[in-house]
Amino acid sequence: MNAISKSLWHAYLAVAVTRFKMVLQYRAAAFAGFGTQLFWGFIKVMVFVAFFEATNEVQPMTFSEVLVYIWLGQGLLALLPWNVDAEIANDIRTGGVVYELLRPLDLYSFWFARTLAFRAAPTLLRLTPMLIFAYWVLPLIGFSEWALPLPDSFASGLLFVFSVVATLALSTAFTMVMHVALIWTISGEGFNRMMPGIVPVFAGLIVPLPLFPDWLQPFLYWQPFRGMADVPFRIYSGHIPVDEAFFEIAMQWFWFAVIVVLGYRLLIRARTRLVVQGG
Amino acid sequence: MDRVANALGLYFRLASQSVRAQLQYRLSFVLTSIGGFVTTSVEALGVWALFDRFGQLGSWRLAQVAFLYGLVNCVFAFSEALARGFDIFGKEFVKTGNFDRLLLRPRSTILQLAGHEFQLQRVGRLLQGIIVLTWAIVVLDIDWNAGKVLLLIFTMVSGVVFFYALFIFQATLSFWATESLEIMNTLTYGGVETAQYPLAIYRRWFRRFFTFVIPLGCISYFPAILIFGIEDPLGTGVVFQALSPLAGYLFFAAALGFWFFGIRYYTSTGS
Repeated sequence: MNAISKSLWHAYLAVAVTRFKMVLQYRAAAFAGFGTQLFWGFIKVMVFVAFFEATNEVQPMTFSEVLVYIWLGQGLLALLPWNVDAEIANDIRTGGVVYELLRPLDLYSFWFARTLAFRAAPTLLRLTPMLIFAYWVLPLIGFSEWALPLPDSFASGLLFVFSVVATLALSTAFTMVMHVALIWTISGEGFNRMMPGIVPVFAGLIVPLPLFPDWLQPFLYWQPFRGMADVPFRIYSGHIPVDEAFFEIAMQWFWFAVIVVLGYRLLIRARTRLVVQGG
Repeated sequence: MDRVANALGLYFRLASQSVRAQLQYRLSFVLTSIGGFVTTSVEALGVWALFDRFGQLGSWRLAQVAFLYGLVNCVFAFSEALARGFDIFGKEFVKTGNFDRLLLRPRSTILQLAGHEFQLQRVGRLLQGIIVLTWAIVVLDIDWNAGKVLLLIFTMVSGVVFFYALFIFQATLSFWATESLEIMNTLTYGGVETAQYPLAIYRRWFRRFFTFVIPLGCISYFPAILIFGIEDPLGTGVVFQALSPLAGYLFFAAALGFWFFGIRYYTSTGS
């Protein structure tokens, strides 16, 4: 690595760390978010308890695998790319983006560093209390049958961590597409408004993907969003066995590469037709 | 009487101004409404997928759950559109100190906030709710009579009043905690989520909370049982089911009381 690329790398790292610290300031919001997600988790658990009690057939997932899906889903919700960084959106709307273009940095990488922190920081704030609560506290207050189970095996747990790292990268790359889309003001905003509807379904947060009808499974398999929730959750519970997990994580990185290229090319196109708002 | 007519007249002028303002950005309005339609339809898709997989939910059929789902979504869409001023109160009035201006005007704060915005884009959720509710009514083969039609209308109006009251509670809390309280979402959006399924499937402590503390079940599950014409597994009687939507108005009265209590603790952030 030569000196210039090394100092650039430092610049991107500094951007990410600064954003990370900023988001960590909003602890009260994170606490409220934790309460909300806990409540949501309870509703989901009770609905699934009722569904499982009513059925005698063997389902594609066991109740305990669904529990893993629910609690990890609540803990990692902030990782899902359904919203945009309000400050980047504001920069584009007000014309502040010209300052970004003036910097001696690659705009994609610069925003990517910010976006990475925007995704990672709130997740970290929420995931830790959620895991502690779902694993330790629930059994203590009499809900042991609803508690988060341990990973299927040590290997599953380790691979889960690797898979979550891939999820973070994948989600950040997709959030970048949403940021770049904002440069096409109105249509970009329309595109982004669809995401809170589309992303959670295809990631598996509305209904665990294996529980969708069998004829839909091929469509649900070949799409990038499942790498944002379904894959790591099922690796954790062992629903995806250890020997298949390596392939699934590789798929997450494959989709990451596809989406980064997409976002990068979009940004190049956008720069040639950028209209700077404001005087 | 004159005062009521005058207040209503003023409300409609404020609301129609707000509608006209929103229609200035027509494309944005259309896109946002479609977004709302898609986002809420996804939930319906999830309910359908679960029924497709599990067959039924205890003794409950998909159409009955769809009825509850459609009902609560229609009702919530109206409340969201009407109570927008209260929904954004913490962020846009307390945090900024703009509430001072409302206090200086010779009109009730409730009236001014109610008329602050009539949010048209909620039509996306409403449309989706109407589609699901209509499908449910067609499939359910309900033995309709005048009483049931009246009960359905009564339930819907009470439901709007109930969720409106929740938004007033949320706004009042921001007198103490300026940051808008995400925790209230558990009662608004979480309430919608909860009421989509029959109250009977939940645990007892949860059911009690949503009947006696936050009377959500009274504007959805209990009257729906009477409309379905089935025996309530929770054992409530017909009279209770018919009258339970009244709890929505009691809850609204409590919210108003809390609001006027909370106003006394308002300290301006403005300079």
